[in-house]
Amino acid sequence: MSTAPVPPAIELAGISKRFGAVAANRDVSLAVAVGSIHGIVGENGAGKSTLMSILYGFYEADAGEIRVAGKPRRIRSPADAIAAGIGMVHQHFMLVDTLSVVENVVLGAEGGARLKGGLAKARAELARLSREYGLAIEPDAIVGELSVGLQQRVEILKALYRGAEVLILDEPTAVLTPAEADQLFALLRALKAQGKTVILITHKLREIMAVTDTVSVMRRGEMVAGFRTAETSPPALAEAMVGRRVLLRVEKPPRERGAAVLEAVGLTCRDARGTETLRDVGLTLHAGEIVGIAGVAGNGQSELLEVLAGLVQPTRGVIRLGGRILTAADRHPARLRERGVMHVPEDRQRSGLVTAFSAAENAILGYQGDPAFRAGPFLSPARIEAHARTAFAAYDVRPPDPALKTAKFSGGNQQKIVLAREIERHPRVLLVGQPTRGVDIGAIEFIHRRLVELRDAGVAILLVSVELEEVMALSDRILALCGGRITGERAAERADERELGLLMAGVTDEAA
Amino acid sequence: MSAAPIDLPRWADTALVPLVSVAAALLVAGLVVIGIGENPLEATALLLRGALGSAEGIGFTLYYTTNFIFTGLAVAVAFHAGLFNIGGEGQATVAGIFAALACTALSAMPGFLSVAGFLAAPIAILAAAAGGAAYAFVPGWLQAKRGSHVVITTIMLNFVAATLIVYLLREVIGKVGSMQPETPDFPPQAVLAPMHQLLAPLGLKLPATPLNSAFLLALMALVAVWLLIWRTRLGYAIRTVGANPRAAAYAGISPAAVTMVAMAISGALAGGLAVNEALGVQHRLVLDFTAGYGFVGIAVALMGRGHPVGVGLAALLFGVLYQGGAELSFDKPTITRDMVVVIGGVLILFAGALDGLFRKLVALALGRGGPG
Repeated sequence: MSTAPVPPAIELAGISKRFGAVAANRDVSLAVAVGSIHGIVGENGAGKSTLMSILYGFYEADAGEIRVAGKPRRIRSPADAIAAGIGMVHQHFMLVDTLSVVENVVLGAEGGARLKGGLAKARAELARLSREYGLAIEPDAIVGELSVGLQQRVEILKALYRGAEVLILDEPTAVLTPAEADQLFALLRALKAQGKTVILITHKLREIMAVTDTVSVMRRGEMVAGFRTAETSPPALAEAMVGRRVLLRVEKPPRERGAAVLEAVGLTCRDARGTETLRDVGLTLHAGEIVGIAGVAGNGQSELLEVLAGLVQPTRGVIRLGGRILTAADRHPARLRERGVMHVPEDRQRSGLVTAFSAAENAILGYQGDPAFRAGPFLSPARIEAHARTAFAAYDVRPPDPALKTAKFSGGNQQKIVLAREIERHPRVLLVGQPTRGVDIGAIEFIHRRLVELRDAGVAILLVSVELEEVMALSDRILALCGGRITGERAAERADERELGLLMAGVTDEAA
Repeated sequence: MSAAPIDLPRWADTALVPLVSVAAALLVAGLVVIGIGENPLEATALLLRGALGSAEGIGFTLYYTTNFIFTGLAVAVAFHAGLFNIGGEGQATVAGIFAALACTALSAMPGFLSVAGFLAAPIAILAAAAGGAAYAFVPGWLQAKRGSHVVITTIMLNFVAATLIVYLLREVIGKVGSMQPETPDFPPQAVLAPMHQLLAPLGLKLPATPLNSAFLLALMALVAVWLLIWRTRLGYAIRTVGANPRAAAYAGISPAAVTMVAMAISGALAGGLAVNEALGVQHRLVLDFTAGYGFVGIAVALMGRGHPVGVGLAALLFGVLYQGGAELSFDKPTITRDMVVVIGGVLILFAGALDGLFRKLVALALGRGGPG
């Protein structure tokens, strides 16, 4: 038997899928060896998710064949995929927040009308899986109360419980902190050591390099390249993804910072439960500088942005804009916009856009009161559309169609719509949250360049990002935030990742 | 990607799906007619002839349509703000009370009426709108400031209004010495002209029907709501709050304020029902004049997809059903007026609740037949 080659865990041959006029997948072939971690990279809209949706039975391919462990399989529903030993962890988790871990794991595989037997079996199985893969997780914890990283583990456990041999993960790190991402990679390696096969969809090259054995690159629905990870490099992958050479570093000329524009002193904030989310935060933004906030998600960055944008009122503290103290009435999103404080929110789909609206309507969100968008007393669709068309052209929003529903744009293009809207209003202060979350490489390059241009033009920028690399690359100054408190400040050129990591973990300058 | 909503071309979404729903509802209703031993084609013909076959029939049909336009728009406006206003009945009732109070006050001022009688009808109409708005503002306020769900509060306030009107008609503004719970007749300057009188100077001889100038108000309301929702800042704010309250807050729009304003506008529109019934037809306030039109407005708004054109067409359809159904039950005693209720119910079921079913079918049909 040793001479017979082991068939690949997954083999896709000549997969094609069209949606209307768009060829989402064109003659895609792929083989993933058993017990390996295979990465699929590509820009948003390259067809990665479609391909995986075909493999998992959400869509049926127009042409092509799927072979699982060497045997041709018809996969027409997720149930077929599960039966074939394929599990999937979605970017947006499919969990019931109010149920416990074990209840979520058995959901859809209860094994009978009475829950008790299924739950007991699941509990035992869960304990075994947890032991085997070192997944520390409390089976009776309520899922909604777990961190995002732990919720993702529940998703993985769910797939394993259903007997998955092949695990597909769709952009698994988009919602994770760097530390959580590292834990996930350790878990994927453990899965591999147990002989499981992992397919990792991502557009982050660092992850590909860190964890995969082999990698394939998709572009415009086609599989354009395949590499052994050890034999390739991020620039080579980026070039294959985008189809041209890409600048992965940010070109940032040195610049003298100008006068202080926005100052915050002693900002303290409580959430609805009375927990302090910001404690005595003081910071100053100068014209022509980018101040980055380094911190693990949930340490007050979101609240800092929201307070400065007027969405949340601080319980204590003073904010000065151009030297003048902002009253409670001034600290309103509309008033702040009038004074040049623009805000690119962290979660564009939840707060930065109305995805049910047309792109043109979103291009005026927050500025709907501008008389430039009216003809007489009424809003003028022609003017709004013309405005959107100009903005979209300047920001290379694709497709450049203002009438298209916003939900139909890719993440990167949605982000460009938001950026175009806020930057085109000539901000004095730009508050930016997660500018490149879920955005593809080509767009990241573009967005970074725009932010640096804006800084060079004299705008004061506050940057919040979970990507420490991004904060380090773009910022002139970096403030570390932990538990709602500023734990240290570094000039970007003197900051190093390890030291920032310590500050982010709460080791303050005084203690260090 | 997996749970992507079904995307249809605009024309299919706005026209084809509702048409399929109506066809399916009529088919089911036809089966019921067969079930009681009548010929559905004959019944349909009678229904249509009754509703549209004569000037008198058309007059009645448009009179019913007027009611449905107002109540349908009321639900539609709230719907755009993400609110389900079930309280059209109660709001119309209070609107009627306000109109009656205004008319009572006007009756007590014969001097004013003789000098500025032309102002009486506008005052009565505004009073009705204000009453509806005020009564809808209450659940709007409770929702915005107290988090009490508007569905629950509007339903409960319907009962409050129904009790209030009984008390007022019996104890306060009722006609003295009458056994009927009704007000004295409104001053003639305050009531709306019937359409047959209005058009008589133009040489049009129309039979007397309840159709009155409130119908013109309803048509204006259709245009006004379209302008409001799609061409004003307030409408933009309403739609933003309805689609994504967080994005609204980000944009500097207060979801609480929009909730209250949208409910008030919704209530004012529901007040149109009182304008048509009390000021236009009865010329006095009677008990139970809302007669369920407020609830049918929900179906009208759902069928019309919240768009004034759709609401107008759906209101016309229900107008035809009401008038044609009345004629039908007159000609065919076996088919009672309840049949209309059945058809209405089936329509609501198909157009509202089972909308997704037909969307899927239409998408499948288009996917197979169309070029895409």
